Amino acid sequence: MSDILLRGTGVETFYGKIQALKGIDFEVRNGEIATLIGSNGAGKSTLMMTIFGSPRARSGKIEFDGHDITQLPTHDIARRGIAQSPEGRRIFPRMTVLENLQMGATVNKMAFFDEDVGQVYKLFPILEKRSMQRAGTLSGGEQQMLAIGRALMARPRLLLLDEPSLGLAPIIVKAIFEAIRELNASRGLSVFLVEQNAFHALRLAHRAYVMVNGRITMTGTGKELLAKPEVRAAYLEGGH
Amino acid sequence: MTAAWSHDPELKVQHLTMRFGGLTAIGDLSFDAGRKQITALIGPNGAGKTTVFNCITGFYKPTEGLIVHRHPGGQEFLLERMDDFRITRHSKVARTFQNIRLFGGMTVLENLMVAQHNVLMAASNWTVGGLFGSPRYRHKEAEAIERCKHWLNKTGLIDRADDPAADLPYGAQRRLEIARAMCTEPRLLCLDEPAAGLNPRESDELNKLLLSIRDEENVAILLIEHDMSVVMGISDHIVVLDYGRKISDGTPAEIKADPAVIRAYLGVDDEQEAPAAVQADIAKSIAEPPPPPLTIAKNARKPVIAKKRPEPVKHKGGRK
Amino acid sequence: MAATAKDTAFKAESRNLSPQEIARDLIGTAIITLLLLIPIVFYRTVMNQGTLLLQTRLPLVLGLTAAVVVGRLLLHLFVWQRAPEAGRASTASATRTDWRETVGKWIGPAMLVAAIFLPWIVQFIPGWERRGLGIAIYIMSYIMLAWGLNIVVGLAGLLDLGYVAFYAVGAYTYALLTTVYMPLWFGEGIVPWTFYIVLPLAGLLAALWGVILGFPVLRLRGDYLAIVTLAFGEIIRLVLINWFWFTKGPQGINVPKATFFGLPFADEPGSFSDFFGIPYNRLHFFFFLYYVILGLALLTYAMTNRLRRLPIGRAWEALREDEIACRALGINTTSTKLTAFAIGAMFGGFSGSFFAARQGFVSPESFVYIESALILAIVVLGGLGSQLGIVFAAILIMGSFELFRELGFLQAILPEGVEPIQFRMLCVGLGMVLMMRFRPRGLVTRRDPTVYLKEKKAVSADLVSQGHG
Repeated sequence: MSDILLRGTGVETFYGKIQALKGIDFEVRNGEIATLIGSNGAGKSTLMMTIFGSPRARSGKIEFDGHDITQLPTHDIARRGIAQSPEGRRIFPRMTVLENLQMGATVNKMAFFDEDVGQVYKLFPILEKRSMQRAGTLSGGEQQMLAIGRALMARPRLLLLDEPSLGLAPIIVKAIFEAIRELNASRGLSVFLVEQNAFHALRLAHRAYVMVNGRITMTGTGKELLAKPEVRAAYLEGGH
Repeated sequence: MTAAWSHDPELKVQHLTMRFGGLTAIGDLSFDAGRKQITALIGPNGAGKTTVFNCITGFYKPTEGLIVHRHPGGQEFLLERMDDFRITRHSKVARTFQNIRLFGGMTVLENLMVAQHNVLMAASNWTVGGLFGSPRYRHKEAEAIERCKHWLNKTGLIDRADDPAADLPYGAQRRLEIARAMCTEPRLLCLDEPAAGLNPRESDELNKLLLSIRDEENVAILLIEHDMSVVMGISDHIVVLDYGRKISDGTPAEIKADPAVIRAYLGVDDEQEAPAAVQADIAKSIAEPPPPPLTIAKNARKPVIAKKRPEPVKHKGGRK
Repeated sequence: MAATAKDTAFKAESRNLSPQEIARDLIGTAIITLLLLIPIVFYRTVMNQGTLLLQTRLPLVLGLTAAVVVGRLLLHLFVWQRAPEAGRASTASATRTDWRETVGKWIGPAMLVAAIFLPWIVQFIPGWERRGLGIAIYIMSYIMLAWGLNIVVGLAGLLDLGYVAFYAVGAYTYALLTTVYMPLWFGEGIVPWTFYIVLPLAGLLAALWGVILGFPVLRLRGDYLAIVTLAFGEIIRLVLINWFWFTKGPQGINVPKATFFGLPFADEPGSFSDFFGIPYNRLHFFFFLYYVILGLALLTYAMTNRLRRLPIGRAWEALREDEIACRALGINTTSTKLTAFAIGAMFGGFSGSFFAARQGFVSPESFVYIESALILAIVVLGGLGSQLGIVFAAILIMGSFELFRELGFLQAILPEGVEPIQFRMLCVGLGMVLMMRFRPRGLVTRRDPTVYLKEKKAVSADLVSQGHG
């Protein structure tokens, strides 16, 4: 088995004429938590979406498990074992919470549905309470939990999380990061994480990237970056 | 006991209840928001915070209860019976949204001009005068642009004034939404998670902006937020909700130390996020058994009926 | 991999031509087209009482050549341009956008000048003196209608499938007031003047109908709004058919044609030609109609442009972008929607009344659903909210309809009983499908901001919301 699960080389993405990603090289190894930090507008979410083929990279190459997925349609990428909790949640608002979770499990044909639903409910007990409610009526934070839960239902090999802590209560944020660590440790799930909450993310990550204006400017282990004064100044501390 | 915010509150929420079908989103909630104060509304996800906002700004009609917005002149508005757009227009309450709602295809400046619609509409004699280029309208329009510039400078967006709003990075969009709300010249500004998705540096800038809105513009702020660096850093008063009910109400120091809040919301804090002193404090409070009934008893007040019935606006029955 | 990237870069570069290169390309295109068309189309043989005569068809050849050149120009401007590849010198892209901006800046005034002199220009094309004018009037009235509908659909984002109803209200207002009520109230002497009196009235009445339609549908959005407006358009038509004593039903109403401030266009004493002492020519009436509709259309254009810069216009666009945010800013969305409906309907009423005064006859037949659909198609094809795009789209759609009438010669290669004109809808439909594939947001996709501090930058279409009804 190849050690590198996801690898991007020279990835460039455009929105119209505006170049959002300017040649990104990155990798996520099997069983690893990788994180991408950077200011708003640096291109972090664009990279998440580019991995999923929407928008498609104009040049460069993205490989998943040794296969080139750069040109694959999004649903094929999902079938290969990548799941995402995207920016803006994108839950199905008119379906119930349970139906949303079912949609997440369609990729693996519902093989582990009961077990996985139980796990998601254990992670987010409020979702169990709301399981028959239409997802559109959930509060913002609950929708965020649902988006993460739905991604987990696919039993992905690689989980892409775009700001999982957005709009969540501190106690839930802690629970989510704990769950990521736990899933990674017990199941060997690989995670690629984008976070504003850089402190949490870096503490968790085996590998971390800092993105500025569509370019990767720093890489290292989470702890290394956490120790760098320039990272602390730019992303961890407020005030100047 | 009366707290500082209850002497002459800007906003009084009394026995507010909101039911959706069988689901009680808010149950008998009462709190005051002080004049020229920042009041934070915090609580777990799904506690009903945004629902409270929607009731205050007229997007929902509450099932029961009274929401009184008191202007300094003594004029009072019963918000629970006003249409949403009339609340902004007459009672001067402005709001932002959790998932930013800008006019993405319009420029930053246009967004702020739309916010001054009512003033400009009157100045243009409901379009007729504007069509013929009346001097009064031109004068008012220039004034409106000046106000836009003021807020663009304050939010650091002046260089992006002519760019489409959707092109701004996330943090700038959040600031633009606040600037847009301020262009309606509100007395009470309701912000729904203004720091969500901001990095620590941006949150810090947000804090400064909100403090200057409070101190320089004399606007009361009601805030929903999960970022404790914002909530604890700038709030004068915090109200904590859980399952639609108030579980705590007090100053940031009181809230931080309230075991009920720690259990339901804050969780046991990390060493990095809170100073050691607070840490110890929390550890101690966690260790203590919770005080028996965690209800609203200590904050419950007798219902206050608005002395003067507000007349300035006609109201229509429940919308939607 | 690097090679392919370079390859595409090269291709893209080769298409980014300078204006001179494009001009050269277009001249070449014109010459080749002419060389091809002269043997194929220019000569035509006709049997005339046993003799074979040779006919020439210069206008058709010139028209087809012009169409090819214009088509190629559009391809250059819109389809064959690509974003510059990464790493390429930015100066190249800068010069390219520069000339595109120059074109953008001058194309409007240039078209206005062309529109003003158009009636004289067509006089130089033999065989097209009257027909050319007729087509110009026809296209111009659709431009005006589409500009009116653009307020509702393009600016306020409310999908209206029954716009033709307001057109009908305008036309019947003119017809009924002119033939029945005005003579009844003010005597027959008023009749030559009615056009000028009824025109504003028709606009007001249509606006009133706009409000009447607006009220019940305000709470509807998207598909539901579209269905109800569609029904409204049909209801008006059915009422016109069945309310016999009032509208004369399907028989229709003969209406006196418009006059030049009381002077009729006829070969008789007291007419326009008599008054000015010039020989009678049927073309006078067409010239007159053309300038009336041009004036009305320009009024629509100017007023829409002005309204966009006023609070009401900004509120319309804001409504299209986000209705909830509008309400949170204290904007009464109900009255904002109603004004959009009313003002859009008013322009529909104006052109309806012009339609009646031009045709001299109105009947419910003229106000069928397909008219609404065509007008909407023009707005969508032009690019929602873009007034310039609407001009292009109207010329393209309505012009191609007319072109099909000129394709009689194809009869020779088509089987018996199949006429080219039957294919016009098919071809326009196909054209629209292609259009939506290559320019999904319409021909002109830039939104001009209504106010700016330092620099006016156009907003790209993918940021502009299309409204949700």
